[in-house]
Amino acid sequence: MRIINLIKHDRGGQLFLSVLALATVLIPLLNLLLPEGHPLHISTYTVTLLGKYLAFALLAIAVDLAWGYLGILSLGHGAFFALGGYAMGMYLMRQIGDRGVYGDPLLPDFMVFLNWDALPWFWYGFDMFWFAILMVMVAPGLLAFVFGWLAFRSRVTGVYLSIMTQALTYALMLAFFRNEMGFGGNNGLTDFKELLGFNLQADSTRIGLFIVTALMLALGYIICRAIVTSRLGRVAVAVRDAEDRTRFIGYRVEHVKLAIFTFSAVLAGIAGALYVPQVGIINPGEFSPLNSIEMVIWVAVGGRGTLYGAAVGALMVNYGKTYLTGALPEVWLFALGALFVLVTILLPKGVIGLMKRKEAQS
Amino acid sequence: MNSLDNLREVMRRDRVFDFMLQTTGLEVDLSHGTILYLEDISVSFDGFKAINDLNLYIDAGELRCIIGPNGAGKTTMMDIITGKTRPDKGSAFFGQNINLMQLSEPEIAQAGIGRKFQKPTVFESHTVFENLELSMAGDKRIWPTLTAQLNGIQRDKIDEVLEIIALQEQRNLYAGALSHGQKQWLEIGMLLMQSPKLLLVDEPVAGMTHQEMDRTAELLTSLAGTHTVVVVEHDMDFVRSIARKVTVLHQGSVLAEGSMDEVQADPRVIEVYLGE
Ligand SMILES: Nc1ncnc2c1ncn2[C@@H]1O[C@H](COP(=O)(O)OP(=O)(O)O)[C@@H](O)[C@H]1O
Ligand SMILES: [Mg+2]
Repeated sequence: MRIINLIKHDRGGQLFLSVLALATVLIPLLNLLLPEGHPLHISTYTVTLLGKYLAFALLAIAVDLAWGYLGILSLGHGAFFALGGYAMGMYLMRQIGDRGVYGDPLLPDFMVFLNWDALPWFWYGFDMFWFAILMVMVAPGLLAFVFGWLAFRSRVTGVYLSIMTQALTYALMLAFFRNEMGFGGNNGLTDFKELLGFNLQADSTRIGLFIVTALMLALGYIICRAIVTSRLGRVAVAVRDAEDRTRFIGYRVEHVKLAIFTFSAVLAGIAGALYVPQVGIINPGEFSPLNSIEMVIWVAVGGRGTLYGAAVGALMVNYGKTYLTGALPEVWLFALGALFVLVTILLPKGVIGLMKRKEAQS
Repeated sequence: MNSLDNLREVMRRDRVFDFMLQTTGLEVDLSHGTILYLEDISVSFDGFKAINDLNLYIDAGELRCIIGPNGAGKTTMMDIITGKTRPDKGSAFFGQNINLMQLSEPEIAQAGIGRKFQKPTVFESHTVFENLELSMAGDKRIWPTLTAQLNGIQRDKIDEVLEIIALQEQRNLYAGALSHGQKQWLEIGMLLMQSPKLLLVDEPVAGMTHQEMDRTAELLTSLAGTHTVVVVEHDMDFVRSIARKVTVLHQGSVLAEGSMDEVQADPRVIEVYLGE
């Protein structure tokens, strides 16, 4: 009932959730029921690829919450995404048990390779799924909280804040590249076997992961919608548009920023945790500054400040990326740059803004 | 034993931790009839003294006009009262009991000081109604704000303010679509929603037509008495139409104070204004 109330006036959201629901039902069915070779059959590979896109869509919604509504252009959300991914990866590593190349019952292969004789303390607990899921949220949330507490309190805003977020993810990338950090260095975490006892290579597991990702995307969307339609959401927009005014009517702007930024980071972490079992690897490359910039481009392409626009942008750009990196790999970065310039100049409100304009004209 | 007592003390259900207490609970003490004390305040920007040993007292319920040439420090004075700028020296008290130097901007707002900026500042992508809703006095911490729902009394309060600022018909319009004068009024309306004791109004009639000016004068004079209003203005006709007591600021300190006629007859004031 509450949910229906929430999206009653949100036509874009209704459409988005409906299409998502349809895809969640139809895609597994087309995969399972139709024989391979049938023109409408969807291969498991494609299902997993789509699942990856949906994880990106959730990430894009998180970026949009901070950028579109709160006005914080984060160029470091890749860090939160990657931390969530690493937390999930650590769980998956510990599920390998003695099936690794070196057959050590406790230590992941890379630790044996480094001649470590004990599990570092920060790997404790990751054999338990609930603990790993907790860390998927706590690790990025805590980082965002500490970072935000320092930055917002000193009233760093605008470009300076964006540069700081970019530096944050860059610093983490360098740190995670180091073997001594204990996260697998360069190679990251990979060779996962199973999740909650389900074989990650099995088609059924992959379809299950796709469905879970779709459900989490829907849930994430609904929660974000609830936030932006609450009074707190209106205060966030007020902070975005006139920070001083908001302060002088009695809101603690720093607290508002901190709360929403931290929540956004948690959401990005969850997206990372959904991504890792589907792609089968997490490495420091996910912290790369370029990744975080790409996320912002997804949101800009889709149209910021709408939530569903961000998701649509993520799906479109990533589809384009998969296509282009297959067909003309050298071109992708240039295409991405050109896309950003074009969208900024021609479509300041993104594809969704364009569609709304078309609709208003007809 | 001792620690057990401590624990008992902490767990007492009739007590609230200090950090849980709201600043809205801080009632301003007006027992001496003075709502604002500014004493020996100085502030300089890169060596330039914008405020220089300023002393200013405002009575509760008063409507005070502050005039002075550009750069006299009028806006800076408001920045100090509202916590935006910290002075190099001096003291600022709200009533007998509230030391403004120790409070942040939102705490000062919660304590009952509302401010209209020199450049009208409203939330342009919110409707007029939402602008007023956000400004409403109340618990402005994160969780209560997230779960806040408007009740009937609050809606009535918003309607009441909409009527005072004559924007009933624009209630569902985005504030960005308002005229300059309407934005000024909306901002005054936002102040009223905070139920402040003291209103600081910086150049309210800039960019207004004569009609709008008259209405604004009416509005501000009607507020005095129940509120204390401090108006900074350049427009002498406007000041003459509302002022009972005028303070002239010049180079960061008070040059003259009195009725409009007294002040205008003061040779030092004439020199400052004609010397420009
Ligand atoms: N943040 C600041 N940094 C530097 N100089 C400032 C700042 N704020 C005000 N000033 C200077 O202080 C003087 C007083 O400014 P202001 O209070 O805005 O004057 P008024 O409102 O009376 O026109 C001006 O000369 C202005 O340039
Ligand atoms: Mg001024």
